[in-house]
Amino acid sequence: MTTILDPTDERVPVARRITPRPGAIRGNVALLDIAKPRGNVLLDRLETRLAQRLPGITVNRYAKPTFTKPAPEALRRDIREANDFVVEALAD
Amino acid sequence: MTAPLPAFSLADMAGTNFAFPTGASTLLCFVKEDCPTCNLAMPLLEALQASGDMPVLAAGQTADGNRTLIERHAPTFPLLDDSILKVSFAHDVETVPLVLLADGDGRELDRLVGFDRDEWRTFFEAHAPNAEVDWDALPAWRPGCGSMSQDPLFAERLRAESENSPLRARRIEIAPADDVHEFLFDQGFTDGLPVVPPTPERVLRMLAGTGRDSQEIVAKIAPNYAPATVEKIAVNAVLAGCEPEHLPVVIAAIEAICTRAFNIHGVNATTMGASPVLVVNGPIRERIGLNMRLGVLGQGTRANAAIGRAVRLAVRNLGGAKPGGTERSTLGNPMKFTMCFAEWEERSPWEPLHVERGYDASDSVVTVFAMSSGPALCVDQSSRSARQLAGSFALSLEAAHHVRAHNASDALLVVSPEHVDTLERDGFSKHDIREHIQRVTARPLAELVADEDAGGGLSPARFEAMTEQQRSRRMPKFASKDNIHIVVAGAEAGKFSGIFHGWAGGEIGSIPVSQRIEE
Repeated sequence: MTTILDPTDERVPVARRITPRPGAIRGNVALLDIAKPRGNVLLDRLETRLAQRLPGITVNRYAKPTFTKPAPEALRRDIREANDFVVEALAD
Repeated sequence: MTAPLPAFSLADMAGTNFAFPTGASTLLCFVKEDCPTCNLAMPLLEALQASGDMPVLAAGQTADGNRTLIERHAPTFPLLDDSILKVSFAHDVETVPLVLLADGDGRELDRLVGFDRDEWRTFFEAHAPNAEVDWDALPAWRPGCGSMSQDPLFAERLRAESENSPLRARRIEIAPADDVHEFLFDQGFTDGLPVVPPTPERVLRMLAGTGRDSQEIVAKIAPNYAPATVEKIAVNAVLAGCEPEHLPVVIAAIEAICTRAFNIHGVNATTMGASPVLVVNGPIRERIGLNMRLGVLGQGTRANAAIGRAVRLAVRNLGGAKPGGTERSTLGNPMKFTMCFAEWEERSPWEPLHVERGYDASDSVVTVFAMSSGPALCVDQSSRSARQLAGSFALSLEAAHHVRAHNASDALLVVSPEHVDTLERDGFSKHDIREHIQRVTARPLAELVADEDAGGGLSPARFEAMTEQQRSRRMPKFASKDNIHIVVAGAEAGKFSGIFHGWAGGEIGSIPVSQRIEE
């Protein structure tokens, strides 16, 4: 983690640039369970629907060790390197 | 025994100071106006104060909110102004209302957070048995609200202040998966070239370059009129690649460009594409390694490149002047990246720029000029007299803006050493050079009128309306010889001098400004 000091007058919130949206889903899709209860149920259903509607894609399942902490760097790297999309089941 | 709560002294809204600890058992409360539970608690605190069992001191977290609380509840206990949140932070208040019972030495005996009717009732029965409260009329439970001292907007500043850190700027965390340099581009913090990430460590090192307080406001930079603190300038100096010893020059230059005379807003906004040109004089030049010799107006010297760039980045990041926003240059010019150099005073037979402008030779001074183009080269390898050479300067200077544009602006002439020698041989002073430039460029108005072959110049209609006497007047290039600024710099070899063309001169545009550099 690099920390820098804001060189501006701080009147605008720091915004992250969103990755460009491709418009169509192809390739590998990661489904990330953050380890909140029933997140896996939602993702199971989503995986079934994705397989029906987009038979050409490959779904890869991932899970965080705990929802209370950010995903470990290695997990984030694995997801980034092996997938074109990621869907995260966030909360209760 | 527990440590006492932090001592403090705060004023109420009438300006009367109250100290804590008080020497007697006291109820210290933290409230904020927009918290419904605090408003629920205010009459209870008043009942406690009225009971005479114990004095109440309440600290409110905004000044306007305190005024509203006073109007709404008319408390007879002091409502103290903690709008800078220092006392709330020192007491580590997470939730309001927070009620702390302290003994005369400030030691905490009991506390209440938020509102739980049973807890409050028990508390009152134990510590204020004479207080009259209709408990049944109150709700069983209400959560408190977050203390403003925990708000991310203020918490970093408060932490820095409590640690007496000179760093108060917002901290931005860049995730490990992000490329730091790409992030800095994405945020729009750069001029298009890579910048040095302004980590807290680097900014602290940069601040060591000045004795000024990091929170001193040096200027307000247009168009945002953002306060340029020494710290914020240091952040931009890090971005630009400065060393700590460069910082005093950057600070002085920013003070200079933010004067009404220099008019940085106009300089940025103009479609002509002007930019500050910084000329440094005095002993600091050698000490910080500013180039004044070979390639002086070009690349290759860190001090020159980074100081000029730091000023530009501060204008961009703090002032908010960005191309396409309030910066509206039609073409722009490369000086908008950086332009800073030193005068080679020792190679000059004349008074250096800063002495001409009223400073002592031993002062270090930066002078800022708003220039729209340059450096344009005056190539003259054949003049053998000072008069001839000054005449060549004159003819070259006529190109500024348009050959027919007279009376419009300032110019900065950078005389190279070989040209200096030619001028010195005939004993030409700066005054002589200026006089000759004005003499050679003085044209009858008829020569400055727009015509079929070139549309720039005095309008024919205006010329026709003039009297014969007015038409016969000869007009030099510059409104005054004081608009011609002369410095010495450059390599020993080469009969070339440099010319910067000004922007709109005088009160309607920008007037050059000098600022002493405080080291």
